[in-house]
Amino acid sequence: MRYPITFLFTCLSISLFAQEAQQIKLKDLQHIIATPSDHIQVFNFWATWCAPCVKEIPLLEKLNQENQRVDVTLVSMDFDLDPNPDKVNRFVARKNLQSKVVILAESDPNSWIDKIDKNWSGALPATLVVNTKTGKRKLVQKELHEGDLEKLIEEVNN
Amino acid sequence: MKKVLMLVICVVMFVAANPVKNGYGVGDVATDFKLKNVDGNMVSLADFKDAKGYVVIFDCNTCPYSKAYNQRIIDLNQKYAAMGFPVITINANEGSGDSYSEMVRIANKKKYKFPYLYDESQEVAKAYGATNTPHVFVLSKDLKVSYMGAIDDSPRNAAGVTKRYVEDAVDALLKGTIIPVTKTKAIGCGIKWKRI
Repeated sequence: MRYPITFLFTCLSISLFAQEAQQIKLKDLQHIIATPSDHIQVFNFWATWCAPCVKEIPLLEKLNQENQRVDVTLVSMDFDLDPNPDKVNRFVARKNLQSKVVILAESDPNSWIDKIDKNWSGALPATLVVNTKTGKRKLVQKELHEGDLEKLIEEVNN
Repeated sequence: MKKVLMLVICVVMFVAANPVKNGYGVGDVATDFKLKNVDGNMVSLADFKDAKGYVVIFDCNTCPYSKAYNQRIIDLNQKYAAMGFPVITINANEGSGDSYSEMVRIANKKKYKFPYLYDESQEVAKAYGATNTPHVFVLSKDLKVSYMGAIDDSPRNAAGVTKRYVEDAVDALLKGTIIPVTKTKAIGCGIKWKRI
């Protein structure tokens, strides 16, 4: 009997303390990407329906927690198929995500994909690593595996 | 020995100066392919003797965007195959949900009247530069890439469409007029590439 209560409490506390994903516009995202920072910025473009995205999120969470010089932002692309943010927020709560989660609330991706990165096809998952100090940026358009993020960070540092 | 070395250096420099191009751009001439259809037969574009052009679509069994567009793909073939622009769909995704047997099951269930081809080696998807699904390449009769990108501007629902990119491109080719939009980008499921 004690365990179900503990379980219930855990569920409740997760739902109480989970972050709510902020809905942002393209100009907000462009602003965040361009803002000078001492930290390396990692932007991961994902969606709740995207299996390889969901699979790689633990790698981004781990990086965000372990490397103090890196800020990870998980940019949800769910809006295009489902403008209701509930599904994203439920996912954030269930996985208890610690990295910052935002929802890009913009329609007609054809008009703005190039404005995020000209080389991006729009395929998910995609990860953009930005070092505003060196001015270097790297875009990866496939599922990340162990060690990939560390390699990318190294590349934008030098 | 020196000559061999010089030759090696020349080859290396040539290769380095000519990086492998990532797929086609608008205006490039696409290459034909020969892939296994869900009915077991091998299919090439050249098999469509009376075609005036082709609507080649890289698709997927499992992707929510592919599911959202499934009926619209069936409708495209329904409308344009008789007018000389058959739809040819290709699945290049790795993964159990996109196996050949699953493709056969879906094509039968949805009563596909167009080929659904298995690009097991992913070579065709790579040659074309397909990135996400569904990714459309409208080709003219001489295989020139005339349009590449999304089917339309409203994946969420067909009722919300304001720009019918593929229909506009095919209509323009049929009429011999200028294609209004030749390239678009869309959010979608990245093709699940084999890990090398």
